[in-house]
Amino acid sequence: MKTIDLSTASVRELNQALHEQHKQLTERDWVIAHPAGKHNIAVGIDEPLKIDIQGHAGYYCAGMNKKADVVVHGNVGVGVAENMMSGSVLVKGNASQSAGATGHGGLLVIEGDAGARCGISMKGIDIVVKGNIGHMSAFLGQAGRLVVLGDTGENLGDSLYEVHIYVKGKVKSLGSDCIEKEMRPEHLSELAELLQKAGVDEDPKAFRRYGSARNLYNFHVDNAAAY
Amino acid sequence: MSTHEPILRESATFDRLTIQEIQRAAETGIYDIRGGGTKRRVPHFDDLLLLGSSMSRYPLEGYREKCGTDVWLGTRFAKKPLHLKIPVTIAGMSFGSLSAQAKEALGRGATIAGTSTTTGDGGMTPEERGQSQTLVYQYLPSRYGMNPDDIRKADAIEVVLGQGAKPGGGGMLLGMKVTERVAGMRTLPIGVDQRSASRHPDWTGPDDLAIKIAELREITDWEKPIYVKIGATRTYYDVKLAVKAGADVIVLDGMQGGTAATQEVFIEHVGIPTLPAIPQAVQALQEMDMHRKVQLIVSGGVRTGADVAKAMALGADAVSIGTAALIALGDNHPNLDAELRKIGSAAGFYDDWHEGKDPAGITTQDPELSKRLDPVLAGRRLANYLSVLVLEAQTMARACGKSHLNNLDPDDLVALTVEAAAMARVPLAGTKWIPGQNGSGY
Repeated sequence: MKTIDLSTASVRELNQALHEQHKQLTERDWVIAHPAGKHNIAVGIDEPLKIDIQGHAGYYCAGMNKKADVVVHGNVGVGVAENMMSGSVLVKGNASQSAGATGHGGLLVIEGDAGARCGISMKGIDIVVKGNIGHMSAFLGQAGRLVVLGDTGENLGDSLYEVHIYVKGKVKSLGSDCIEKEMRPEHLSELAELLQKAGVDEDPKAFRRYGSARNLYNFHVDNAAAY
Repeated sequence: MSTHEPILRESATFDRLTIQEIQRAAETGIYDIRGGGTKRRVPHFDDLLLLGSSMSRYPLEGYREKCGTDVWLGTRFAKKPLHLKIPVTIAGMSFGSLSAQAKEALGRGATIAGTSTTTGDGGMTPEERGQSQTLVYQYLPSRYGMNPDDIRKADAIEVVLGQGAKPGGGGMLLGMKVTERVAGMRTLPIGVDQRSASRHPDWTGPDDLAIKIAELREITDWEKPIYVKIGATRTYYDVKLAVKAGADVIVLDGMQGGTAATQEVFIEHVGIPTLPAIPQAVQALQEMDMHRKVQLIVSGGVRTGADVAKAMALGADAVSIGTAALIALGDNHPNLDAELRKIGSAAGFYDDWHEGKDPAGITTQDPELSKRLDPVLAGRRLANYLSVLVLEAQTMARACGKSHLNNLDPDDLVALTVEAAAMARVPLAGTKWIPGQNGSGY
């Protein structure tokens, strides 16, 4: 196990050390001490590393992650795991806006709440939020699954494409072209698997499913008011 | 009773084009969409002239004395700045809006000429990367196809905030061009009318952009230049903020810059022309002591070597071409006139690039049409055209006594109109008068 202390090392030194593992993998387990809310911690990782961040992180923590499993023992700023490709990110605290934005794959678990635009433009990532999420979450979501145990803000799933959204709590309002859909057996099964992967002990039957009505996929003059 | 044909008076307000558009809107209920840039006459490089040498300045020999053309881009922070042989780059145009053959041809032509080409709103194709010696990877609000592997394969990253044809607007690709391959690269259902976001999903202002640029630098170990592309509007302020956020290069696109598909009303009524945008950008850079340290690439209506020389004389480090590059590949060629007339257009006028019916095989995803474009031949045509642009620009620079294109400066320029003089901030020809600035004319 290797420890990098951000009270003495710079973020640049940290990321360079992690990127060196792309060339030759010599150390899988990393501890990042005293992150102190710094931005861009552990971005662009491309190896199956295990990274333990012992405190709060700023913007874009674990951005564009591939393969690595990252745990943040604190809160995170804007865009945690943005554009993640694979691997996992577990946030023990709360997340700010745009958590998991544009992510293509992997699993993002937030144990606390997530702010506005959680899962915006998501493209295949799975996101599980144990608390509440803010407004305009999954806006323009293209693919992947968003699971929320708590409540959602306004305009959930606005202009949604093919993301599957599962919510246990209350939905304040749905965005344009987002509708509640029937929870069929395949969805219960999909959700059960996701909850199990995220380490959540909940009954899938307690959730409701939301998805795209697909009315805005092609422009029609009668839908102009929805834009 | 008169035997003369009556003289019909056309309204200047409700002219035939306006009447046709009202009728079209009433019939369809949707705004008109097209490709390209503004078609209206705006003050442009044509309204400037270069002052050649005579007694007070002496020229360089046209065919004997060197006139350098190379340019470095990204020298501010990047460990690996780009060194291009010519200061004319190929602007960002997506696979999706263009065929794979067209993207390959752009790469081939740019590589022969020693310059860069640029991806677009749809990710990086192997054809494009394979044939482009120097490839700039666009980082757009949609983030279609965005992945760290392609970022690492790129030679520079261009964070796109906007484009001249539609500052404040997002990308658009209508369903007829969202084929299986295009949809797969963008993670979209096949055949949807794709309307991209106009703002980035994970940052909202210049302070956030600084952190975003730092992230991209961290991911690429500070190797690659980071460009910031803006559509010309409040250019002075936008350039200052982009520089403050950490840009290595500013790409400034005026309203003559083309688009693959946008509302006609947007193209014609939003943004400012290239001409007044350049001095604003240069002023901003100079005030920050960043002119020539943060490079300025200008696009929007560059067609000739004269345009290249004039843009550089106003302070650009390089220019970028999009529409002109497509024309060089074969877009709107007279040989296609009969086919273009069948789809309601004509050679020289075709702008329905969003419909995907381009008989040139350029702005289409139809496999039968796409394969009409020979990427090798089209790439050669582009290389020829780029060569002419540079030769023409060199001719003008030598006449002004300059041993390198980047030695051209505003003192080499005068304006033909009061409007151009005010916008370009160079004197009206034969005077010392720059409208809006101190000093008396004579």
